[in-house]
This record gives sequence, structure tokens and C-alpha cells, in this order.
Amino acid sequence: MSQMPQQNKKMVIKLVAIVVAMFGFGFALVPLYDVFCDLTGLNGKTSNTAAVYESIEIDESRLITVSFITRTNTGMAWQFAAETQVVKVHPGQMSQINFTAVNPTNRMIVGQAVPSVSPGPAALYLNKTECFCFEQQILQAGEHVTMPMRFYVDPQLPKDITYFTVQYTLYDVTSAEQQVALNRG
Amino acid sequence: MLSKFGLVLAGLVASPVFAESSAKASQYQLNMTKGVTDISADVYDLHMLMFKICVAIAVVVFGVMFWAMWFHRKSKGAKPAHFHESVKVEIAWTVIPFIILIFMAIPAAKTLIAMEDASEPDLTIIVTGSQWKWHYKYMDDGVEYYSKMATQQDEIHGKLEKGENYLLEVDRPLVIPINKKVRFLITSDDVIHAWWVPDFAVKQDANPGFINDAWANAKEPGIYRGQCAELCGKDHGFMPIVVIAKEQADYDKWITEQKDILAKAKEEEQRLLAMNMTMDEAMATGEKVYLANCAACHMPNGQGLPGVFPALKGSQIATKDQPKHIDVLLNGVAGTAMQAYAKQLSMTDIAAVVTYERNAWGNNTGDLVQAKDINSAINGK
Amino acid sequence: MTTTTSEHQHDDHSHDDGHHEHHIPKGIKRWLYTTNHKDIGTLYLWFAFIMFLIGGAMAMVIRAELFQPGLQIVDPNFFNQMTTVHGLIMVFGAVMPAFTGLANWLVPMMIGAPDMALPRMNNWSFWILPFAFLILLSSLFMEGGGPAFGWTFYAPLSTTYSNDTTALFVFSVHIMGASSIMGAINVIVTIFNMRAPGMTWMKMPLFVWTWLITAFLLIAVMPVLAGAVTMVLTDKFFGTSFFDAAGGGDPVMFQHIFWFFGHPEVYIMILPAFGIISQIVPTFSRKPLFGYASMVYATTSIALLSFIVWAHHMFTTGMPVAAEMFFMLATMLISVPTGVKVFNWVATMWRGSISYEVPMLFALAFIVLFTIGGLSGLMLAIVPVDFQYHDTYFVVAHFHYVLVTGAIFSIMAAVYYWLPKWTGKMFDITLAKWHFWCSLVSVNVLFFPMHFVGLAGMPRRIPDYALQFADFNKWISLGGFAFGLSQLIFLALLIKACRKKGEPVSAQVWEGAEGLEWEIPSPAPYHTFETPPVVK
Repeated sequence: MSQMPQQNKKMVIKLVAIVVAMFGFGFALVPLYDVFCDLTGLNGKTSNTAAVYESIEIDESRLITVSFITRTNTGMAWQFAAETQVVKVHPGQMSQINFTAVNPTNRMIVGQAVPSVSPGPAALYLNKTECFCFEQQILQAGEHVTMPMRFYVDPQLPKDITYFTVQYTLYDVTSAEQQVALNRG
Repeated sequence: MLSKFGLVLAGLVASPVFAESSAKASQYQLNMTKGVTDISADVYDLHMLMFKICVAIAVVVFGVMFWAMWFHRKSKGAKPAHFHESVKVEIAWTVIPFIILIFMAIPAAKTLIAMEDASEPDLTIIVTGSQWKWHYKYMDDGVEYYSKMATQQDEIHGKLEKGENYLLEVDRPLVIPINKKVRFLITSDDVIHAWWVPDFAVKQDANPGFINDAWANAKEPGIYRGQCAELCGKDHGFMPIVVIAKEQADYDKWITEQKDILAKAKEEEQRLLAMNMTMDEAMATGEKVYLANCAACHMPNGQGLPGVFPALKGSQIATKDQPKHIDVLLNGVAGTAMQAYAKQLSMTDIAAVVTYERNAWGNNTGDLVQAKDINSAINGK
Repeated sequence: MTTTTSEHQHDDHSHDDGHHEHHIPKGIKRWLYTTNHKDIGTLYLWFAFIMFLIGGAMAMVIRAELFQPGLQIVDPNFFNQMTTVHGLIMVFGAVMPAFTGLANWLVPMMIGAPDMALPRMNNWSFWILPFAFLILLSSLFMEGGGPAFGWTFYAPLSTTYSNDTTALFVFSVHIMGASSIMGAINVIVTIFNMRAPGMTWMKMPLFVWTWLITAFLLIAVMPVLAGAVTMVLTDKFFGTSFFDAAGGGDPVMFQHIFWFFGHPEVYIMILPAFGIISQIVPTFSRKPLFGYASMVYATTSIALLSFIVWAHHMFTTGMPVAAEMFFMLATMLISVPTGVKVFNWVATMWRGSISYEVPMLFALAFIVLFTIGGLSGLMLAIVPVDFQYHDTYFVVAHFHYVLVTGAIFSIMAAVYYWLPKWTGKMFDITLAKWHFWCSLVSVNVLFFPMHFVGLAGMPRRIPDYALQFADFNKWISLGGFAFGLSQLIFLALLIKACRKKGEPVSAQVWEGAEGLEWEIPSPAPYHTFETPPVVK
């Protein structure tokens, strides 16, 4: 009986360590999830860093239909559109699509575009060498801007994918705190 | 109420088949719909197969159990046996269920793969959920509109008799052609919704910021009803979906009409831009627009729901900051149920409702807002 | 199976009792300061029962509103608060504390230990629980109301779009989690370190085994839940964007994290039930449990598999086909060990000498109704059909069959089984039989038609419904009210039992009962096994 508390204490320490580790694991799921998305194209997330275009062979035998949807989230006053809504491209071929944004208000607004691809697995094969979605965009009152997006489709794209859609949703990220204050008001 | 229930009870007792004792037999749908697409028929067959396998398993297991319960009763003088393990039996009832599972998994996998068909669609429609309505946009034709529940509040609150399609009717249904692969790109403006049409066996979550896709190829013309299937806040139960499937020719006619209507509405809007409303006109139109679009949250008396939806009566925005007031109506407020009305209402209606909100319930600012003010807020000066 | 050499303890017990009870404070202080596993077990069980009645009252509000189409009693916002808090209370306030209470009472008695290993932590883990639920319930009366986003609190409905009382929700879930974790640590340490000599692993009663595995599940996943609510809190109040697409987050990730906790949580609520049924069925069949070892292995494999099936709650979120296929197959696989358990119970009854005392009635109802819930679960695992079942009343029917006629029936069976041991008196058998039969009939009127309305297309969590669902909903509501009223019989019976009314019972109580707890006198003395028994 006498060494029992000692033994209990050891065991409690081990179990508490498991608890702490699992709490950490909950948070580790966040980056793990991103890795998982990158691997599987889950949720149609695209890479948020620029790809480097290496001279790769253009697959002339296939023509992929890529369409673009532009949306503004609730609270975002900009007018946002793609100049070309549908393009047909060969895998490996470089293309450019121009997007326009107008800030019709009388105040400066910071925007962040968030891409999503459907069907999701296609996201793995969409390589963007230049995109306005990589960083925040700032538009002064009344300002217009044309934003280029350059991309190519990886020739590794599975044969059964013949079309995909890229959606950009623009969010107003001017000031998170200011937003919260307004919501409460 | 009670007497009506008494009748139902009497009906149940009187007739062994509950369903057929009623005048409205269709009210007693017991099973999943077969639907009107190849996929929905496959899903139905799969469902029935699974159901039958489960019933068979249950009959065998419960059969043995009830047998033991009846024949191995102590009160019948049963003496307990002493066996308590048998490796053979245990291997058998691990392996046999496993084999049954394989037989279940094969057809399931087939249907699942059929659902993921990646061939190019004939028509793509963007479906956007928001609290608490759906927005449809035909990608190729540019036709777009909101679809809201058409059931009246008085029906819900028992002041009017409930109609046949109570809670399953909308002001502007989605229209699609039959025998065409229609692809739905589903997303959301605010919280997660789910777009569900049982007859197509399509249920897909609408995630804010992301698009999901689903497709259907309806074989028969008809009206197909569904509902939002993911808890999305207060009026989750009140955002139905209605899809009308038409023959191609009828569909073409309809889409041309819609383009026409859209073009006319634009012209009308331009015409109205040049016109000014009087205060009385603006207040009358504004009240109508308010009751139809705003009163559900901000309440007809403008007092909102404390802690959930802000009051407009006496609020800073509705009495002082007019540009902000217009901005909130046009673009909504991120992170709240306040959505963007720029595309849902005409400029005249927005002008009227802003005027109404700035002058009703003692918000007597005297401000009169015109359509052209709204135009300049949307398109810049 | 086990015999003990604890006779001497029996002889000494009057002396022992006198010695110890001298230090027991009377009245409220006894309960506030108690470190006795039996007292704490009683506290847990009463707390769980009160929570069951409160959560049940909320279910009555829900069923009253759904009695007929239209909005009659509550507004949709309050309705959502009711469904949310009903779920939270039943999961964290009723089922889990009831199992913890049973573990407190029974685990030391079953393994021949004098008390739980960490008695002071035991007191602490119970007494923080009432505060957690006071906080949660008080939020219902605050401006804007309590949580209204479902017990699964999916982001962004629970973050950006919720009201400020979400902070209280998060705080109370943290406390519940801390309580469960402490309880689980206590169970594990007790079972590892305090078994009587000779109580080897494979001699432990199945209730102890299932609780040990449950406790490991608890310490593995409750911290993940704590992480999830913490992220909700920081997203809502501190500007992080774990679940907000605008800041690079993803609302679907919330569901992955939540269900990584949520699916093992489901087994946390059913594994101890398996243990209880495995104690009761052999007793009243007068035959040893069939396949003891395979029961242990089945429980372990269910627990392990529970970590790789979470995404079957999320088939409609837009997962890649390969992932859907994987989660479908993994989920189907769980039905194999679960089936083994059911087959083992039936085989235990086979050629037994079965009698139908009240605990056995509940256990038999459990086996049949839990199997029904299990089979509908198997149907739900099939991805293509799940697209039709998902978020409908079919799912509501499924999880109420496994949780009400599963977990809760097993708790009732356990209470009837061990109550005479706790009080030393036989409970009122007539009332108990009324309670059983009323509950059995009403619970099926309540939940069975939900399968039909679900298949016919009624979504869950709606305060009002289309007319074609009206007739079944009326039946469901009537069944609900009847089930609610039936629990008042249980309340009356328990009050009577606690006032020590009834026939005195022997130490063994039930002919055919085996195990250490049946070898100590009834009522169980305040201190038991202070000298460990020797298990042969």
C-alpha cells in the first residue's frame, strides 16, 4: 500500500501528458488538414504561392475548358468581374485572364480574393504563376484596377477531367477590428 | 384539435392499414422517393437492398434470441448449459458478416462512382445559399435571381389555412431542361447550407468561400421540391427549393422570356433613375419592401431581436449616417445575417426602403433618398 | 468465476464502520467534501438524472412545437436553442455523468479496491460539473439567448454568426471536458494500480474492461474537443481565422476536427453500455458470458476503429471519392465487432435458464433496439444512400435508437441491477415494471416513425414542417410525451428506494449474480475491501 501513491503519481503524470499532447494534436490538425488538402485537392483549395513555369511540353491532344466565377462576399462593395469567363486551354499552355475591380465607395477598402476549384481534384493541377489572390489588394475611393492572373494546367491532369471551374470570392478585410465594431453597432 | 386527433385514432383502430384509411394517401409516404434521375433510381434500389439485408440480419438474430427467450426460460424448467466459448462459432460470426459487408460494398461503390461522372455538362447553374434564401445563376445565359419561400407568415402562424405546398413553395423556382446533364455549382454567402432535392438524390453542402458540385439529369418534366438540409440559423426550416423540369423547347422559351424580363427591368430602372419619388410614394413603397424583406429579422416595429438582430428604431445608422445606411443595404454586413440587397432589389425599392427606415417608428429624419442616390453608391459618381 | 477470502472483512465490518463513520460530516458538508467513491457515484447518478429530466423537458418543448404544422409555442430562434441545449445536456450532462457515476460505484467494488485511486480529484471532477451546466443553462436567459447552432456547433454559424453568449458555451464545454478527463484518469489509474491480488486482466468483469477502454478514448478525444471550442472562441472574439475563408481558414476543417472528437465520443457513450449488458445477461441466464475474450477484443477494436471513421458524418461536404470510399468501408467494418457482441449475448442466453427480472427486461430491450439502431447505422454508412439520409429524421431516429434505447436503457438496467446492492432493499418491482413497459412502448412510438418521416424527406432541426409529415409527427410527439411521463415513474421509484423502503435483500441479491460486488453485504458498507480480497 505504501508505494501505491508513488505509483499513482507516475501514472497520472503519463496520462496528463497524453491529454496535453492530444490538446496539441487538435491544433496540429490545422496544418495537417492543409497538407491533406494539398495532397488530395480536398475542398478545391489551390496553392497560395506562385508556381514557376518551366518549359514543359504542351499536350495538344487535349483541350480543357476552364471557367471563372467571381463573387463578392457580404459587406464587400467592390464590383468584381473576369474579363473572360471561359477559356479552352491545352495542358501545359500558358494563359492569362484579366480581372477588373472597382471600388465605388468613398473610402479605401482592402480586398482579399479566395480561390476555390471544382471539381476539387483539378485544383492540384492548376498552376498559377501570377495571381491577385496571393496578396491583399488595396483600392482607394473610386479606384479601378485590372488584375492579371496567369496560369497553366499541369499536363499530368487526369484524363477524365475535361473541364473545371475556378471561383474567386472577394472579401473585405480592411480592418477586422473595425468590422467587428461595426457589426456590434 | 383533440377531436381531430380522436378521429385519426379511430381511423387507426378501424383500419389495419393506417395509410389507406386516409383521404390523402400521399400524406403517408413511408419510404424514400425513387426520384426522376438514373442516379436517384440507383440510390433507391441500393437503399432497398440495404434495407432488406438489414431486415434479414435482424430476423435471424432476433429469431434465435426470441427462441431462447421462449424455450430456455427458467419458468419452463430450463437447466443452464455450461458452455461459454467456441472458437469455431466465433470465427463463423466474424467471417460471415464480413462477407455480407463485401456484398453490400460492391453495389454501393458502383453507384458512388456513377455519381462522380466527370463528363462535360450541358448546363451549369451556380447555386448560392444565404440566410435564408437561394440564389440561382445560369452561367451561360446570365439569367440570375433569388428564390425565396412563398408561404405567407399568416399560414405559419395559423391565421390562414395552410396551402397544399405549405413551406415547400417559392416565389421563383429553378427551371431546368429534362434529359440534359445539369451541373450545380453550390456555394454560400454566409453560413453552411445544404442544397437538397430528394428527387435528384442531390444533397450537397454550400460552404462559404468554396464551391462544391453536383449534377442531375432529370428524365421527366415536373415540379420537384426540396429543403435546406444543414442548420443555418433561425429560418433554416423556411428555405425550400423548388425545381421545375421542362421539355427543352419549353425551357428555351422560358430562358428567352427571362432574358427579356431582365432587359426590361434594366430599362425600367434607367427610366426610374431620372424620376423622383415624393415622400408619400417612397414611404408607401418602402413599407411594402420592408415588410417583405426586412421585417423577419428587424421586426415590423423596427425593434429587432435584442442580442440577435439589431433595432433600426433610433439606431445610429438609420438616423444619422446616411451613406453608411445605404452601404449596409447594398452590400450587407460581413459576419451577420445582414445580406447584400444590391442584386435582390431594384434601386427604387432600395431608395424607398432606406427612406422608410429613416422616417418610420419615430426615426423622423425627414431624409428622402432617390434611386439615383443608390445608383451613384453602386457605380461610383 | 471468482471467490474471495473476504469473510473476515464481513465480520469486522461493524467495527470498521463505527470507526470510520465517526469522521463523516453530516448534511451538505458530507456531500461537498466527500472523497468516498460510493458517495461520489451517488452524486454523479443523481446529477445525471436531474440533467436527464431537464434535457427531457427541452425535448418536450421541441415535440410540443412539432405536434402540428405551423409555429405555435416557440419562435424558431428559441427552438434552435432547445435542440442545441437538449443535445449538449443529454450527451455531456446525462449519459456521460451517469456512466461515470456507475464507474465510481462499481469499479472499486468489482476489482476489490477500497476506493478510487485519486479520491480528492474525484470530488473535484464531480463538483465542477454543476457549475458547467449552470453556466450553460443561464445563457438561455441572457440577451440573445443561449447557443442556437446545434450541439455540433458548426462554424461559421457558431463563430461569426453566433451571439456573444457563445463565450459561456465555450467555457462550460471546457469545464465539462476537464471533468470528464479527470474522471477518466481516475478510472485508468484505479484499474491499473488497485486491482486485488489475483484480479488479472482477463479476470476483470466486462464492465471494468469497457470502462477502461472508454477512459482511454476520453483522454484521447476530450482534449481535441477542448481545442475545437478554443478555436471557435478565438475565431469569434480574438480575430483568428481557423474556420474563416477570408483569412485562409476553412469551415469544413471545423467539421473534421469536431468529428475526430465526435465519433469516438459516440463510442464513449456506448462501450460502458456494452459492459453493463455483459454483466446482466449472464446473471439472468444463469450461464457464464459467452466469448469473454472475444468481447474484450471486440471492444478494443471498436475503440481503435472509431478513430478512422469520423468523416462519415460529412459525406455531403464535398470530399474526394477516394476519401468517401475509405470512410464508408471503415465504417462498415465497425459493424463486425459490434455484431460479435450482439451474437455473444444471444449465445449467452442460448440454453440458459432465463428469468425476467426488471434489469433483464431492460437488457433485452437494449439488445433488440440497439441492434435496430446499429442496422440503420450500417445503412447510413453507405455513401450514395447517405446523400438522401443525411441530416434528415432518419438520422435522428438512428442516433436516438442507439443513445436512448441503447445508452440510456443500459443505464436504467444498471440502476435496477445494482440498486438493491446500494440501498440494501429491493426496489418497488411493480413500479419498475410499469416504468419498463411504459418506456418500451412509448419510446418506439416516439422514435420508430422518425425513420419514415426521414425517408419521406423531413430535414432535422426544423421548427415547422410540410403537411405530408403532419400525421407521423403527431404520433412522434404523443410517444415523446408518454416517454417523458414514464420517467416520472422512475423518479418516484428512485425516491422510494433512497428512503430505504422495501424488502431487505441478501448479499448476492440476484440468483446467478457473480462477482466481487455480490460478495459484500447489502447495502454495501461505506468502506469496502480495505483489506484486499484474494481472487482465485
